[in-house]
Amino acid sequence: MTVIATESLSKRYPRVTALDRLSLDIGPGVTGLVGANGAGKSTLIKILLGLSPATEGRAAVLGLDVATHGSAIRERVGYMPEHDCLPPDVSATEFVVHMARMSGLPPEAARERTADTLRHVGLYEERYRPIGGYSTGMKQRVKLAQALVHDPQLVLLDEPTNGLDPVGRDEMLGLIRRVWTDFGISVLVTSHLLGELERTCDHVVVVDGGKLLRSSSTSDFTQTTTTLAVEVTDSDTHPDGTAALRRALALAGVTLHDSDEQGLPGAGHILLVEATGEATYDTVRDTVAQLGLGLVRMEQRRHHIAEVFRDHDRGRLAQQQDAAAWQTTPQQSAQPHYVQKGAGTDGA
Amino acid sequence: MAPETSTQIHNIGYRSYEGARLGRAYARKSLYSQSLRGAYGLGRSAKSKVLPMILFAVMCVPALIIVAVAIAVPGSTELPIKYTTYALTTQVIIGLYLASQAPQTVSRDLRFKTVPLYFSRPIERVDYVVAKYAAMASALFVLTATPLLIMYIGSLLAKFDFGDQTKGFGQGIVSVLLLSLLFAGLGLVMAALTPRRGFGVAAVIAMLLIPYGAVSTVQAVAYGTGKAGAIEWLGLFSPITLIDGVQTAFLGATTAFPGGEGVSAGVGVVYLLVVLALIAGSYAALMARYRKAGL
Repeated sequence: MTVIATESLSKRYPRVTALDRLSLDIGPGVTGLVGANGAGKSTLIKILLGLSPATEGRAAVLGLDVATHGSAIRERVGYMPEHDCLPPDVSATEFVVHMARMSGLPPEAARERTADTLRHVGLYEERYRPIGGYSTGMKQRVKLAQALVHDPQLVLLDEPTNGLDPVGRDEMLGLIRRVWTDFGISVLVTSHLLGELERTCDHVVVVDGGKLLRSSSTSDFTQTTTTLAVEVTDSDTHPDGTAALRRALALAGVTLHDSDEQGLPGAGHILLVEATGEATYDTVRDTVAQLGLGLVRMEQRRHHIAEVFRDHDRGRLAQQQDAAAWQTTPQQSAQPHYVQKGAGTDGA
Repeated sequence: MAPETSTQIHNIGYRSYEGARLGRAYARKSLYSQSLRGAYGLGRSAKSKVLPMILFAVMCVPALIIVAVAIAVPGSTELPIKYTTYALTTQVIIGLYLASQAPQTVSRDLRFKTVPLYFSRPIERVDYVVAKYAAMASALFVLTATPLLIMYIGSLLAKFDFGDQTKGFGQGIVSVLLLSLLFAGLGLVMAALTPRRGFGVAAVIAMLLIPYGAVSTVQAVAYGTGKAGAIEWLGLFSPITLIDGVQTAFLGATTAFPGGEGVSAGVGVVYLLVVLALIAGSYAALMARYRKAGL
C-alpha cells in the first residue's frame, strides 16, 4: 500500500522553483524527509494537504488525489506545523477538544479522544492549565496531540524537534516512533538533521533544491559495514595504549578508520575498527590482552547516514552532515555541542 | 474477592477511532458557536467575560428604564423613544463592544498562528470566514436586539397598541440586523489587518469614530451655512449615518441628522446599496486576507 505518491510533481513560483519533477513513493511506516531550509519540504506538505495546487504533475495521499480530494485527505491526515501555533490563554484540553471538533469529531468523541491522546503524548495533570505556562517540550506535545486527536491514518510532522534540548529531542523522537509502532499511524517527518531521522525512520527521503536526491530504507544506509569503537587504558609498558593498539592491530591486518570526530574531547582515545566478521572481535580482544592493556569498551558504532551522503554531494550537505554527526553520537557530544540546538543548525 | 484489583490502573493502549466524522458543515457550525460564545467570554477565562458582559448590561439598562417609565407614567400610549432610535443613541456602547471583541474573534488565531491548524483540517477558507463573520454579526445582533426585545415585551405589558408596537419592533430588528452585518464586516476587516490586538482595538474605534465625527461636523457646517441639500449625501461616509439614512428612508425612523434633514426614499436606495456593497466588500476583503494566512 502506498501512503504518499507523487509523480513529476513541480511547483514553480514566479521567481523560484520549489519542487522540480519530484517523484516519490512512500509506504506505511515512519518516513523521514530531509533537506536544507528551502529544499521544498514545506511546499511538499502544502501540496499533500491539498492547500496549494501543483504547477504540474500529480500527487496522491492515501490513494486520494490532492487536486480533487483535499477535504477528504485533510480529514484523515494530521498536521503538526513547525512554528508555534498554540493560544496561551486556553488549556491543552480545551484547545485539543476544539481542534478535534474542527476535524469533524462529535462533541463527546472529541472529549474522549482528547483525554486519550494527551495521555499518550505524556501530558497529565498539566493539561488543565493554560498553555502559556508550558515548557517548549510540553507545547510540542500539545502540537503533536492536536495532529493525532482525530486518529488520522497519516501525520505530517514539520520539524517536530525544533527548539528542544537533547533530552526533549530524544523523548519526541521516541514518541514519533511510537506513533507508528503502537498507534499504527504512518508518519512523514521533516528535519534538516539526518542523524535524528536515522534513529526514528524506516525510510529516508532526501530532497535538495526541489529535487529528489535519494530515497532508501534506513537500514540500507547503515548496514553496509560495522564499525567497532575500541577504547583501551594506558599501562606502564605502553604509556600511550591507543597508539600501541593501533600499531598492533595494523600489523594483525585489521582495517582502521580515521575517526571523523577529531577535536572532540576523548576522540583521541577511540580507535575505529572495521569489523569484517566475527573474527575481528577476537583479534581485537587477543591483541589487547597481549599488550596487557585494559579494554575499556568495544562497541558497535553504526554508520551515520551522513557518512553515506558524503560521497553524494559534499558541498551542499556539508553543514547538515556536521550537525547530523553530532546529533547521532550523544555519548561523544561534550558540552559545546549541546549549544547546537535545532534552530541553530540550519544548513544552506 | 480481592478488592485491591479494582484499584489497578490498566494501560489500555492506543484505541483507534471508528466513530462518525461529521465533516465540513459540522466543523463550520462548531467554529461559529465557539466564536459566538467567545464574543461574550463564554468558554474563556473569567477576565475575558468582564468587558462584554458589562457592555451587554449597560446596553440593556436604558431599555429597562424606558419600559419602567412607560409603565409607571399614567396615560402613556407609546414608548418614549422609537425602536429604531435605540441603536443610534447607544452607538458608543456598540462601538466599544465591537472594538473589544472583533480583534479577539480574528486576531488571536492570526497572532498565535493557529490559522494553519484550521486549514489543515476539512474546513476551507470560506468556512472559516463565514463562521467568523456570522459569529461576530450574531454577537452584535444579540447586543442590539435584546434591548429592543425588552422594550417590546415592556410595551405589551403596558398594553400599548399591539399593531403599532409590533411594526416598530420589526422595523427596529431589521435595522439592527443590517447594522450588525455592516459593523461586524467592517470591524473584522480592521481587526484582521493586524495580529496585534491593541492595534485592532484602536483600528476599529478609529474606523467608527473618525468618519462619524467628520461627517457630523461637516453636516453641521452645511446646515449652518444653509446648504441643507448636502446633508443627506454626506451621511454616506460613516457607518452609523449610513444606517441612520437607510432606516429613515425605509423603516420609519427619525433621523439624527442636523435639522432633521433625513434621507429621502430616492437617496435611501443609494444608502442601501452602499451598505450592501460594504457588507459584500468586507466579506471579500476577509477572504483575500486569509488567502495568504494558510500554511
